[in-house]
Amino acid sequence: MNFNATLIGQTITFIVFVWFCMKYIWPPLMAALDERNARISEGLAAAQRGQQDLEDAQVKVSESLNDAKAQAQEIINQAQKRANEIVDEAKDSARGEADKIKLAASADIDQQVTAAREQLRKEVSVIALAGAEQILKREVDAKVHADVLDELVAQI
Amino acid sequence: MAGSYANSGEYIKHHLTNLTYGQHADGSWGIAHGADEIKEMGFWSINLDSMAFSIGLGIFFLWIFHKAAKKASTDAPTGLLNFVEMLVEFIDDSVRGSFSGKNPLVAPLALTIFIWIFLMNLMDLIPVDHIPWLASLVGIPYLKIVPSTDPNITFGMSLSVFALVIYYSIKMKGPGGFFAELAFHPFPKFMMPINLVLEGVTLIAKPVSLALRLFGNLYAGEMIFILIALMYSGGWVLGISGGFLQLGWAIFHILIITLQAFIFMTLTIVYLDMASQTDH
Repeated sequence: MNFNATLIGQTITFIVFVWFCMKYIWPPLMAALDERNARISEGLAAAQRGQQDLEDAQVKVSESLNDAKAQAQEIINQAQKRANEIVDEAKDSARGEADKIKLAASADIDQQVTAAREQLRKEVSVIALAGAEQILKREVDAKVHADVLDELVAQI
Repeated sequence: MAGSYANSGEYIKHHLTNLTYGQHADGSWGIAHGADEIKEMGFWSINLDSMAFSIGLGIFFLWIFHKAAKKASTDAPTGLLNFVEMLVEFIDDSVRGSFSGKNPLVAPLALTIFIWIFLMNLMDLIPVDHIPWLASLVGIPYLKIVPSTDPNITFGMSLSVFALVIYYSIKMKGPGGFFAELAFHPFPKFMMPINLVLEGVTLIAKPVSLALRLFGNLYAGEMIFILIALMYSGGWVLGISGGFLQLGWAIFHILIITLQAFIFMTLTIVYLDMASQTDH
């Protein structure tokens, strides 16, 4: 072990190196590390917030889904009610129409029955007249005996 | 490998001699040949090999880290930056754990000490003969490639740390406070001389132990590598067992060189922390 000026040389070198490290190496590296740490914790916080937001949104979604379901049910109920109403209305109007048609038809039938009866009456009177003519074998003046015939007809 | 030496003692001595530049006894300047000439040169000579490897490794460290520092950004780090950041965070954690005050010097100082000493120690793992043999081809007679086996290097650093300890002791506690710390402990005031001696020894022991611990460990490790290298010239049985020994010792030495760098760094932090504490 012998000491010489290497001691001084090494001391100076050491001081210069430490100074260089302190000025140009440590601060930028530490600054970058600190900044990255801040960024990472920020990112984590943001992720946490995102998670929270997602949960809130899910709650909201299920709420509005339930609302929508209830609304849809209501609409369906209303529609069913309305449909029943329409069917009832249709039934009523159909019944009314049918009644009307029936009424008209029966009136028509009555009319025809009357007409047929009138016709029959006339024909019967003619036949009766012809029968009477043949029985009497003589000409009977229809005009003279019209009142008798009318009486006969009315009895039919 | 020791074939060109007269005997194994010569081989060992040659490997433990620095490449020293200084003034010869006859007044001319030049490279010293042998330990005797180094002794004659006195203090005003310089170990060229220690200085060259020490400065070279220091510049290598600063270059790598400066490259990383320029690339540093808040994006995800890759490759070199990742490695450098890992080391920086490790140092930062150590400093935060041991140093209670706030001082912008301590962390860069610790980083420089740790990486630089680690790199200097790492030279120990290069087989002892390779680089000196290459150097001898270009006419360099002596070469010690591990700067931390040179006490000048280790004391150069520990005395710088010691100067910082004194500086911060006086700055934080005031000259009176610093003196009180040395004079009024551990015994009462009337036993001041004894206190001064005890505390003075404690104070001086800091840089001395710091430097000698590193030097001693690395010097011993280097010595064992040299002894193992000697076995290569003792026939093929000794040679092969020497190979295994070198492998084992090198693997074990990886632990030692890292540990020594870490101890030097941690003790520096602790000493500076003690110097900066005002409530004593």
